[in-house]
Amino acid sequence: MIQFRMPSLGADMDAGTLVEWYRKPGDQVSHGDIIALVETQKGAIEIEVFNDGTLDRIEVEPGHKVPVGTVLATIREPGEAASTALEPAAAAAPAPEVAPPTAPRPRPTAAPPPPAERVEGRAKVTPVARRRAAEAGIDLAAVAAGPDGVVGLAEVEAARRAAPETGAPAAAPRRIGIDLGEMRKAIAAAMSRSHRDIPHYWVSQTIDVTPLFDWLEAENARRPVASRLLYAAPLAKAMALALKETPQLNGHFVDDAFVPAGAVHLGVATALRGGGLVAPALHEVDTLSLDAVMAGLGDMIPRARSGRLRSSELTDATATLSNLGEGTSDAIMPLIYPPQVAIIGCGAAALRPWVADGVLAVRRVITVTVAGDHRVSDGRSASRFLTRLDALLQAPEAL
Amino acid sequence: MSGTRRITYREAVREALREALTRDDRVFLMGEDVGAYGGAYACSLGLLDEFGDDRIRNTPLAESGFTGAGIGAALGGMRPIVEIMTINFSLLALDQIVNNAATIRHMSGGQFSVPLVIRMATGAGRQLAAQHSHSLEGWFAHVPGLRVVAPATVADARGMLWTALQDPDPVVIMEHATLYNEEGDVPEDEDLAVDLDRAAIRRAGDAATIVTYSANLKKALAATDELAGEGIECEIIDLRSLRPLDDQTIMTSIAKTHRAVIVDEGWRSGSLAAEISARIQEQAFYELDAPVERVCSVEVPIPYPQHLEQAAIPQPHAIAAAVRKTLRR
Repeated sequence: MIQFRMPSLGADMDAGTLVEWYRKPGDQVSHGDIIALVETQKGAIEIEVFNDGTLDRIEVEPGHKVPVGTVLATIREPGEAASTALEPAAAAAPAPEVAPPTAPRPRPTAAPPPPAERVEGRAKVTPVARRRAAEAGIDLAAVAAGPDGVVGLAEVEAARRAAPETGAPAAAPRRIGIDLGEMRKAIAAAMSRSHRDIPHYWVSQTIDVTPLFDWLEAENARRPVASRLLYAAPLAKAMALALKETPQLNGHFVDDAFVPAGAVHLGVATALRGGGLVAPALHEVDTLSLDAVMAGLGDMIPRARSGRLRSSELTDATATLSNLGEGTSDAIMPLIYPPQVAIIGCGAAALRPWVADGVLAVRRVITVTVAGDHRVSDGRSASRFLTRLDALLQAPEAL
Repeated sequence: MSGTRRITYREAVREALREALTRDDRVFLMGEDVGAYGGAYACSLGLLDEFGDDRIRNTPLAESGFTGAGIGAALGGMRPIVEIMTINFSLLALDQIVNNAATIRHMSGGQFSVPLVIRMATGAGRQLAAQHSHSLEGWFAHVPGLRVVAPATVADARGMLWTALQDPDPVVIMEHATLYNEEGDVPEDEDLAVDLDRAAIRRAGDAATIVTYSANLKKALAATDELAGEGIECEIIDLRSLRPLDDQTIMTSIAKTHRAVIVDEGWRSGSLAAEISARIQEQAFYELDAPVERVCSVEVPIPYPQHLEQAAIPQPHAIAAAVRKTLRR
């Protein structure tokens, strides 16, 4: 039997709220399947499973906030027999807001509707119920629907009455998706830790990207609009290739030791409307074609902005790219996102006087800054990385 | 505050006519058989003797002609009251009402106005068959340039006419034919005029809002009596004015009850109920705890046999069922 636990979706996460199960006991699951939705400070994250088998038992019902490491469900390995009778659940006691990992199976405060009446897809929540729940800080996912499968005012009011009478004010209004206030707290915690614990060094290099832009223009001219490439795609690919050759910048610092990563999963810092920031990982960028990188970014970035990322995207990054892109700033001196050991910042691609082939010319250039963890690497690694990156960007057709 | 006295809706209409004829020399009544016969619903019975045939004028069976004459008289400075026997027959006068009465102020750049009042009987329930029983109020309520009112109570029947006559633009008063024998209280006051602008809360409650007008107010009240036995207290809004609609009263009530049932004797498709439902979702979407329910007439010409006629139009049990549906019971 495999225990499927609440994952840690970042250095700053200590608990998460199970929002929804996409699979039910008895369903087959295989590696990479998304089986649950968990709400975190970074939005609602789709949680993947890393084993093949059969979902045996759900241990945490939607609506409960549990610490990282809590068993959410058990999964039978292929060939394994189903679990026998359930132990009697100590269900009478209301589930604590954050149950200890060994707590008995938490139960929702109201009986869930029978499975036959469970509403598939989007829950039927009446407009006023949705509004009242938001005002009262009630998580709609934790509100049991009526016998008709609808969550109305009556159900929300019942949930509000059933809420623990701790006297504590109701939580700030929450909704599925991104709570920017919570996200800012998470960023604050992670960046404070980074600035406090990681001895940073920074190395910069200004790179002529005129060949890249010229090549992109020609390439896009012959492509249909839908499959055109953005500058970010070859940039990410070149970064990944250069990181692959600079293993000291690619990996994690865990328990006072550097653990190099085999693959390059590039975190892409993504600004959110309203002020949030998240850096989901695009997996194995060094092995992807430019089209695949472009497609990956096109899929992931909108999901990051709407708060629907997958767990692996939040946990797997081995280094991060922070690209100021279309802005006008020359350079950025970024802070590493722990436990990673490097972050690469790119200023805007701007026209500058530049010496090319021994003469002064107007060229488009970017200033790339590597922030490295001095416990793991030295400026020399960053310098090697930048030299390699420069070379790769001069031959974009080979990317 | 003085007391009240109890009269019928018919008597209230007659008193209102008498008051208007007495107070304003420019007022006169014309329509089919309004003289010696006293009108199809006996509203003007006796007025010919009191006011003479200059002011109580019988007309030929020619709705377009006499409605047009009323418009001409209004343009000429009179304050005519035109009675049309039933709303079905008003269709013959629609050209005069829609193309002339409603438009002349606008087409003349405000130089001319049509201070005309048109009264007509509407609705089903008296076994008068399809050509005398329809509920077409929503058609008139569609037309800019008209004010359309529907007195549901005796007091409104008594008080709306004088206010309508003060309006410089055409006003259509819809009198449901099943109301004429209803009794109700009117104040003993001398001035009985009422406003034409605001809907009225006829019963207060917080479980659901029933929006209705005219004779269906009675049915809504009957439905709420039934529901009150189940502990469901509904709020009932009597629209009173069908054009313009008093959105504010409707939305304020829905903000309290979160549920709406619209009762309209018109056919459902393209009905006044459809318009109100649309406004509710435009203006009070985030207050709703259930889809808006409509109780309308079955989409058939109103049948003659009593059991079929009654089956075709809104009834209290259907209203109660719709309320329960909004409560998910």
